[in-house]
Amino acid sequence: MILRRVAVISYGMTKVDKHWNKSLRSLFGEAALNAINKVKNPKIDAIIVGNMCASDLSDQNNIGAIVADELGLTPITAYRVEAACGSGGAALLTGFSLVSSGVYNVVMVGGVEKLTDNIGKMTSFSLGKAADAEYELFYGATFASLNALLMNRYMYVYKTPREAFADFAVLMHKNGAKNPYAQLPFEINREIALNSEYIADPIRLYDCAPIGDGAAVIILCSLEEASKYTDSFVEIIGISGASDTINIASRDDLLSLKATVTAANNAYKMAKVTPKDIDVAEIHDTFTITAAISLEDLGFCERGKFDKFLYEGAFEPGGIVAINPSGGLKSRGHPVGATGVYQAAEITMQLLGEAGKMQIPNAEIGLTHNMGGVGSSVYVSIMKRVK
Amino acid sequence: MSVPRYWREIPYRIRLEAKKCKLCNYVNYPPRSKCLKCGSTEFEKYILPKRGKLLSFSIIRNPPIGFDKKTPYVIGLVELEDGTRLITQITDIDINELKIGMEVEQVFRKITEDGDSGIIQYGVKFRPKNM
Ligand SMILES: [Zn+2]
Repeated sequence: MILRRVAVISYGMTKVDKHWNKSLRSLFGEAALNAINKVKNPKIDAIIVGNMCASDLSDQNNIGAIVADELGLTPITAYRVEAACGSGGAALLTGFSLVSSGVYNVVMVGGVEKLTDNIGKMTSFSLGKAADAEYELFYGATFASLNALLMNRYMYVYKTPREAFADFAVLMHKNGAKNPYAQLPFEINREIALNSEYIADPIRLYDCAPIGDGAAVIILCSLEEASKYTDSFVEIIGISGASDTINIASRDDLLSLKATVTAANNAYKMAKVTPKDIDVAEIHDTFTITAAISLEDLGFCERGKFDKFLYEGAFEPGGIVAINPSGGLKSRGHPVGATGVYQAAEITMQLLGEAGKMQIPNAEIGLTHNMGGVGSSVYVSIMKRVK
Repeated sequence: MSVPRYWREIPYRIRLEAKKCKLCNYVNYPPRSKCLKCGSTEFEKYILPKRGKLLSFSIIRNPPIGFDKKTPYVIGLVELEDGTRLITQITDIDINELKIGMEVEQVFRKITEDGDSGIIQYGVKFRPKNM
């Protein structure tokens, strides 16, 4: 039961990039100050932070204390939640619950990831831990290769042309080129995507999100108190999380990620909306195949017809739903544990009409979709413009 | 990988032991405390079939730590004769011959070794049937 309605009163981000000169804590500090400075004296009661790889790549656990310390906010409670690439979405669900329940009044939800403090092999090794160590990674599977299994199967079952996946990447880069926070803010064409190097066949480099660092923060409070802090805010009208077997082999259907279906249906129900009501969505496109399956699972397109909908312009501004105006994981970037919070910040920005060149006109209802593992941990939120 | 961690997985990873649900007959592999389909806790020991078909595959060219010596190699999703599925390596095959739907059978092979002093890890791979 929801005891109190919850508002997002502020957001802040760093550009996603290879930030060689910034640490885990300084990245978080930058995003947090951006958010804090937009609102009037919020007394923050707690920080919930999403992060996946700090223990492996920065030799650091206890991320909550680090960020509270960085912001001079001790002795408030602060802790990390981890759900692989879905850590940010998990942090949002936790922060929402703390405010909604009345345990705390103002909660900072953040995500931070520092992937470039270690060598490439270690970074891949750490990211791979989103999969099943005993029954997938043991055999030499990589995270990309597990997604490649889905892509190969998808093309086999639906006879989808390979070009459609490349063209989705092209669309994401077209969007991301307008995003000042994007890691890869440039356009590409189909040939570049199709001829990029193989990562795990049939997945090529331009099917994948890049490796980068970043931090994002939003601030939540109860809807009734929101106008104490700011004149413009949005409400989280639906939120849910769901899980699936960590090993993809234990699933009956390889072409649907059931945790997305469950989380989305619960969030739609809570928000009393349907997929048709969503104006703008930030979805979790770690790989182009993840985007295809997720668009279907979220109810934005018919199963197996992602290419048809793509070519009809369904996912562009003015289509059925504007997908990833930020450029998505593909172009904005994917600082893994922060990605879910970037999505929430971007949707807030859209609903407040503050998205600049990325702005989707009159966006009123937005959705975030954040995924850990190959669909094993999924978080969906739905937000609405209040005024 | 530590010896105890490797050792405790031997029944499941090397003998391919699963837990078959006594209530609904679903084969839980890897084994679970409660059946994935019906929640029952009543199981019998069950050895997975040795043959199956390839549902999907991917070719690894950027290997993870410990697999550098063998690239490129093939990761497969195999559906066994009883419908149970697992992730495995597909071996003894030219990568151009790979086809979704092809029949495969189990072989026992070295999977990886943990460097100079680490343990050598063995397990099951699959190869094209009737080789
Ligand atoms: Zn059962």
